[in-house]
Amino acid sequence: MAITGEIFRQNLTEFLEESPSGSPELHVLAVDDSLVDRKVIERLLKISSCKVTVVESGTRALQYLGLDGEAGSLGFDSVKVNLIMTDYSMPGMTGYELLKKIKQESSVFREIPVVIMSSENVLTRIDR
Amino acid sequence: MDRNQSRRQVAAMKQSLFDQGLLDEQFIQLEELQDDANPNFVEEIVTLHYRDSSRLISSIEQALKEKNPLDFNKLDTLMHQFKGSSSSIGAKKVKAECNLFREYCRVGNAEGCMRSFQQLKKEYATLRKKLEAYFQLARQAGPQEIACRSK
Repeated sequence: MAITGEIFRQNLTEFLEESPSGSPELHVLAVDDSLVDRKVIERLLKISSCKVTVVESGTRALQYLGLDGEAGSLGFDSVKVNLIMTDYSMPGMTGYELLKKIKQESSVFREIPVVIMSSENVLTRIDR
Repeated sequence: MDRNQSRRQVAAMKQSLFDQGLLDEQFIQLEELQDDANPNFVEEIVTLHYRDSSRLISSIEQALKEKNPLDFNKLDTLMHQFKGSSSSIGAKKVKAECNLFREYCRVGNAEGCMRSFQQLKKEYATLRKKLEAYFQLARQAGPQEIACRSK
C-alpha cells in the first residue's frame, strides 16, 4: 500500500480540481490490517493535505461509515468521506468484499470512489 | 567529529545499504515523508516493522514445526504479511527471500521452505543490525536535510 503513495500524489491535484468548490479538505478513509502500512498511508495523506481516518479492517470501515446495520449508527450526514483506499488481502473481509458492501448501499456511499491496493504481483493469487 | 563529517558518514552508510542491495526505493519514499515536525518517522516505521516481523517469524517457525503435512496455505498467508511489512520499509533482499519462500509453498516443497526460511532469518538479522547502526549514527549526527532522490 505504501508504494501507491507516489501515484496517489500525482493524481491528487487532478482529483482536487474535480471536487465541488468550497470543500476544504479531502477526507480519505484508509483500510489496512498492517500497522506499518496504516502509519505510512496516514502520514502520506496528511502531507498531501488530506483529512485521514485509518481503520484496521473492512468491518471497522463499515462501522465508521455507519453501514454495519447496527441500530443507532450515525446517519451519513455525520461522516463525509471523499475517497476510500483499501488493501486487498486482509483477514476477515477482503478489500473487494468491502467494495461490494459499500456499492450495495443505495445511498451517497455508492458514489464514493474506492481504490483497492495489493502488494501481490501474481495476479492469479488475487481471487476475484 | 564535526557535524558535516557525521552527516557524510551517515550518507555513506546509507549508500552502502543500497549498494549491497539491502534497501530499495521504498526507503527513500519513507524519508521523503520526514520533516522537521516528524524527524524520526522512518525509524518509527522501521521499529513498528520489527514488531510485526518478530511476531510473524515466531508464527512461521511454529507453523513449520507442525509437519506431516505442512500447512502451505497458512505458511503462504503468514509470509505474505511478512513480505508486505518488509516491502513497506524497502527491505529488498528480505523481500526477495519472502518471494522464494512463497514459491516453495506454491509447489509444496517443504525442504525448500525450511532452507529459504533459514536464509530469510539471516537476511533479516543482517538488515536489522545495519539499520540499527544507521539510525544510531543518524541520531548522533543530528537533524538532516531530507534525502534527495538521485534522478
